[in-house]
Amino acid sequence: MSDTHAQTVRFVRDTMLPEQAPPATAVGVIGWLRANLFSGWFNSILTIIALGFIYLVLSIVVPWLVSPTWDAASLTECRGILKEMGSEGHFGGACWGVIRDRWVQLLFGFYPSHLYWRPILALVLLAVALAPVLFGEHVPKRLIWFSAIYPFIMPWLLWGGSVWTPIMVAAGLAVGYVAYRLIAVTGGTLLALVAGVVAAMVWWLFLLGPVSGGFDSIIPLGLEGVESRDFGGFMLSLTIGIVAIAISLPLGIVLALGRQSDLLILKSICVGFIEFIRGVPLITLLFVASTLLNIFMPPGTNFDIILRVIIMATLFASAYMAEVIRGGLAALPRGQYEGADSLGLNYWQAQRLIIMPQALKISIPGIVSTFIGLFKDTTLVSIIGLLDPLGLSTAIRADSAWNGIVWELYGFIALLFFICCFSMSRYSMYLERKLRTGHR
Amino acid sequence: MKRSVFIGALSLAGLAAGAAAAGTLDDVKARGKLNCGVTTGLVGFAAPDANGVWGGFDVAVCRAVAAAVLGDATAVEFVPTTGKTRFTALASGEIDMLARNTTWTFSRDVDLKFEFIGVNYYDGQGFMVPASLGVTSAKELDGATVCIQTGTTTELNLADFFRKNNMSYEPVPIETNAEGQQQYLAGACDTYTTDRSGLASTRAAFENPKDHVILPETVSKEPLGPLVRHGDNEWGDVVRWTLNALIAAEEYGVTSANIADMAAAAGDNPEVNRMLGTEGNLGEMLGLDGQWAVRAISAGGNYGEIFEKNIGENTPIGLARGLNAQYTDGGLLYSPPFR
Repeated sequence: MSDTHAQTVRFVRDTMLPEQAPPATAVGVIGWLRANLFSGWFNSILTIIALGFIYLVLSIVVPWLVSPTWDAASLTECRGILKEMGSEGHFGGACWGVIRDRWVQLLFGFYPSHLYWRPILALVLLAVALAPVLFGEHVPKRLIWFSAIYPFIMPWLLWGGSVWTPIMVAAGLAVGYVAYRLIAVTGGTLLALVAGVVAAMVWWLFLLGPVSGGFDSIIPLGLEGVESRDFGGFMLSLTIGIVAIAISLPLGIVLALGRQSDLLILKSICVGFIEFIRGVPLITLLFVASTLLNIFMPPGTNFDIILRVIIMATLFASAYMAEVIRGGLAALPRGQYEGADSLGLNYWQAQRLIIMPQALKISIPGIVSTFIGLFKDTTLVSIIGLLDPLGLSTAIRADSAWNGIVWELYGFIALLFFICCFSMSRYSMYLERKLRTGHR
Repeated sequence: MKRSVFIGALSLAGLAAGAAAAGTLDDVKARGKLNCGVTTGLVGFAAPDANGVWGGFDVAVCRAVAAAVLGDATAVEFVPTTGKTRFTALASGEIDMLARNTTWTFSRDVDLKFEFIGVNYYDGQGFMVPASLGVTSAKELDGATVCIQTGTTTELNLADFFRKNNMSYEPVPIETNAEGQQQYLAGACDTYTTDRSGLASTRAAFENPKDHVILPETVSKEPLGPLVRHGDNEWGDVVRWTLNALIAAEEYGVTSANIADMAAAAGDNPEVNRMLGTEGNLGEMLGLDGQWAVRAISAGGNYGEIFEKNIGENTPIGLARGLNAQYTDGGLLYSPPFR
């Protein structure tokens, strides 16, 4: 460079400045606040209003929640404690004594207290049985066998009775399979299928009672029986919800496939079923289960009320499930079906290996929504006189010690349901992330 | 569970159609348990405690019948019923009797084919207002907003009462008593109307019960009583006379405390003797044994004791006997003679 230039420019930096820490207003808590909450005058105003609102709500709810009434034995006692503290009035403080007094009842209903280990064990085993289904890659493969026998263990644990009954019910499947194999040798597959179903039905309806009774008289082995009437509380909701969820998914898949089938009769049956069930409210079906069936059946028949409710809830959920899965099927490109055909796969192979894995993956959010909806719908049974948590809250309020308590009970019940529904929804998000294998 | 499915399916096939031909009394004896329909929960009348044991004024009737028939006051399967399911439950045979604060009306008795076996509580619809409102009579409620449970007889009674007195009102429909309580306390309505026993228990649960008054007018007759199915008169007689025994026991001074002595040997009062089986054979006529009434009364005491224990003036509900006093005390309770 020339000298003239050196005279006109007094200073030229010839080294890089060391990096400086960003200004305090752009990083850390303050930076985050500025970026997210106070990024402009409008947002700042909104933030301040929202903070004020949150403070307002919390300043009412938190003092109400933090209330030293855990040991109170009645609402009057609660009020006494609160009065001593100086907080009186309609919203002075929560009366947690009712939860301490009744939480076991809200969880188990009238289930005999010395048998509480059975529903708890059933729930723990459920987690074990679900593990290979939900988190297949983290658990041993062979656990799936336990999942297969769990449906026979659960009712036995909950309702008790002879151990032979569930074993013989399971044996019905074997009977059906043997009949299928025998006929399949001579007749066609369809004939064999029909024969298998008929054989299993005959076994379950007519032979099951005498055979299991016979075994029971030789080796009496069983648990103390528990009446359905003693089921209640959250356990009842879980029982109805889980059984209905577990059955409605396969049933829904079958219905969805039936609806897409080319066989006219099959298709009309499936469409008719789905449209009929979706056309009536669940509460109507529950009334049918609780009152109409009672009138239709011969007097003195004892068709278990919980079973009736489970059947109705399952049918209801499976119709919705079928539509959700049909949505998944419809979303699959035509090429997938054609690709399966071109590989020479038959119908069931194509469904199992190509269509269903993709269709189900697409439908996961819808399926889980249906599950969550179904689980929450179980509270409707309180209208037909079953004491689920909501029904029990009425019964608890009818105790003169707790008459007048509302928020504490509903809050507790809401918390229980929130835990279940929220975990289901989180699991579905985990599953979606896990299965996100392409297409984007 | 599985077994009952199959039993149900079997019956559906008509194979067990003749099973229920026997009378209810024999069924109950064979089963060893009484299936008694109660409400899902009404303060003082029926409610489960923390251990799931049912108690209350209506429940006591179930227990007395179970004690009379089966000799065990705990041999009762309580079936909670709602206002919507109670009648089908009884008609279908799911329950043997219904003791669920049910008003005895013509159509229920005649058209629905039930048999009310008596009245265990004479109730009537009343009004509750805040004392600050300054109202002393229901006739001053012109133009008031009224919290009212929908789909009940109280709703119809309310309309009748206001029309009869040429007054207007604005209904605030509610679904349950708990909701009514909240709405009323929140000031959503000027007055809350339901059965007086319900009003009393609702008021008892308030923080300051003295701030609310129950107006003197009773705008309807609500005789509440247990009921059974039409057509099984033997069973109806058992339930009817069990209730009568409880009422008569109070009249004759038979209590749970002195019943053991009185039943041990025949006393001075021939009617008591006949009732307690120390004379005559009334028990056999009912198809029970001679000690049936002794067991029924021992189960929870006589009518007066049951009343005092569950809904009487020393309980939080604090109902006065009023119409439910013995006829000798100016009430309506009147048991036909045991003869």
